[in-house]
Amino acid sequence: MELLNQVTQFVISGLATGSIYALIGLSFAIIFNSTGIINFAQGEFVMLGGVLTIFSLNVLHLPLIAAILVAVAVTTVIGLVFERLAIRPLKNATPLMLIIITIGASILIRGLVMLLWGKDTQALPAFSGTDPISVAGATLLPQHLWIFGVTVLVIIGCRLFFNHTISGKAMRACSFNRRAANLVGISVGRMVLFSFVISAAVGALAGVIIAPLTMTAYDVGVMLGLKGFCAAIMGGMGSGLGTVLGGLILGTLESLGAGLISSGYKDAIAFFILLLILFIRPQGLFKKGETERV
Amino acid sequence: MKKLVSTAFASFALFCLSTAALAAQPIKIGALFAVTGPASFLGEPERNTAQMVVDEINKAGGVKGRKLELITYDTGGDATKAVQLANKLVKNDQVVAIIGPSTTGDSMAIIPIVEKAQVPLISCAAGSKITEPVKKWVFKTAQNDGLAVAKIYEQLKKEKKTKVAILTVSDGFGASGREQLKAQAAHYGIQILSDDTYGPKDTDMTAQLAKIRGSQAQALICWGTNPGPAVIARNAKQLGLSIPVYMSHGVSSKKFIELAGDAAEGIRLPSGKVLVADLLPKNDKQRASLLAFIKDYQNHFKAEGDHFGGHAWDAVMLLKGAIERGGDTPAGIRNALEATRNFPGIGGVFSYSAKDHAGLTKDAFTLVEVRKKDWVLVK
Repeated sequence: MELLNQVTQFVISGLATGSIYALIGLSFAIIFNSTGIINFAQGEFVMLGGVLTIFSLNVLHLPLIAAILVAVAVTTVIGLVFERLAIRPLKNATPLMLIIITIGASILIRGLVMLLWGKDTQALPAFSGTDPISVAGATLLPQHLWIFGVTVLVIIGCRLFFNHTISGKAMRACSFNRRAANLVGISVGRMVLFSFVISAAVGALAGVIIAPLTMTAYDVGVMLGLKGFCAAIMGGMGSGLGTVLGGLILGTLESLGAGLISSGYKDAIAFFILLLILFIRPQGLFKKGETERV
Repeated sequence: MKKLVSTAFASFALFCLSTAALAAQPIKIGALFAVTGPASFLGEPERNTAQMVVDEINKAGGVKGRKLELITYDTGGDATKAVQLANKLVKNDQVVAIIGPSTTGDSMAIIPIVEKAQVPLISCAAGSKITEPVKKWVFKTAQNDGLAVAKIYEQLKKEKKTKVAILTVSDGFGASGREQLKAQAAHYGIQILSDDTYGPKDTDMTAQLAKIRGSQAQALICWGTNPGPAVIARNAKQLGLSIPVYMSHGVSSKKFIELAGDAAEGIRLPSGKVLVADLLPKNDKQRASLLAFIKDYQNHFKAEGDHFGGHAWDAVMLLKGAIERGGDTPAGIRNALEATRNFPGIGGVFSYSAKDHAGLTKDAFTLVEVRKKDWVLVK
């Protein structure tokens, strides 16, 4: 009985952490889907969301909702400026070069935040209290529900946007074939800019809602970004739902690994499974293999 | 004749000048701190404090009429850089003693250099291996992790709690704590039921805590630096963990209470006395030093002085005492340092000897508990 209780707790904790990974994974997938770039500055957008909210709350004394809006808006602008200054000017750059640029940008953003706001970890107050909620013998916090809720909303939003709006469809067209998209009159440049804006906003939102749980500092983006990237890879870098499932599986495995096998090997277990997936199903867990037409 | 007189006069004048110059020549002290990089939370207050104390000594007339000159370099927490800078201090700057570095890794890396150059080193890092075994030229001011462990175990023994769970962070600090927790357990009749770790960047420790909740442990001892322990405190509250939670001295700052919020309530930890200086009994030997340091730091930096600054305060003051008693040669300073007894500093009351270059006992720590977002002494 005790073991069963424990396992329930491991799974619930894992799902909660996993949905954080899922949300960050989604913002990776958005940029990848329309540009083919893996944006390694994504973790920094997450960090900016948290840090800017705390700044607006504590220094500008804004109410929580306004602080969140300011943080998401500012991060979105940073995403836009980043695309304009670092991605757009490079004509005919290979994806590898662009990826290296995003790594450079992530180091720059991290350094600037460290200089501006210092190295201290800071906590954001929980949105609706810290009284634990009991579910089937396990407990979770109200903040976890916020994370679940926002993740679901973001998935639905992405689905609607990419499948049912003209801009969303245009962005998907760019990812399939840039040249063809250009030929039918889609402004590829604008779509790339769009994707950075959306993914910066989603990343920042993720950063805001997880800040009360995980706390935030200038360097939280690295690990969160990496885990989110894993989630996106497991989901095959594409379909919204795949990435979400990828995140949830990663979180649950970590938690079960830490609880049942050894907490020292928690990350090793998760990354080992990631490697296995990359070897066996490089196209992701939930994607059918694509056949290249000749 | 005339020439002779002028030569004599000139040489006399030169002699006067050179003695004047000699009297004004400051005593050079080297300092290595990790002001930037991951250990900057140690290095920054240490550098601030060292400079503050040296300035004050100079303002009050220096040591035996001679000013001190502090030559500070930033190691960035990088052992390779620490080695280069230590060489620079010894060879180019020709310092008579070195204080710092901030981290155990940096300190271990430069020990061969100071031993070879025969320059005394007062390290501000905590690792017990810095002074165990004793090295002729190496001393330290930060309290050994083992003393903090002893303080916790002593309390558990007093409360007749013999079964504990430990949860340590997987970095140098946690590994050292874990080693000490395991090594000293038998001595206090304590049994470690579960031994778990977490990563320094982990954001959820409920898995480990759920496992501990299911065990027979009567107390949880967690070893880490912020923000991990704050996450653990919150997770423990979420899971309704009912056993007492002990943290390490790694989180003995107000920042921990701020991060953990309500979840910090009731958590106990061994801490240096800086934190609770105003709560100490009037007859405490360290009280005067502590209050002076806190007031001074507040005046200079508009921030609360912490242990880390305290380590540098102790190092400079110990050095000052040694120069007063042993002169300004490296060998003289070393011998006088080793002969230091009952020096009430910030980290504790130091008594060095030929067999002990760490100089502190477990009384350097005091056990505190978080109550109403503040510290109280555990009786």
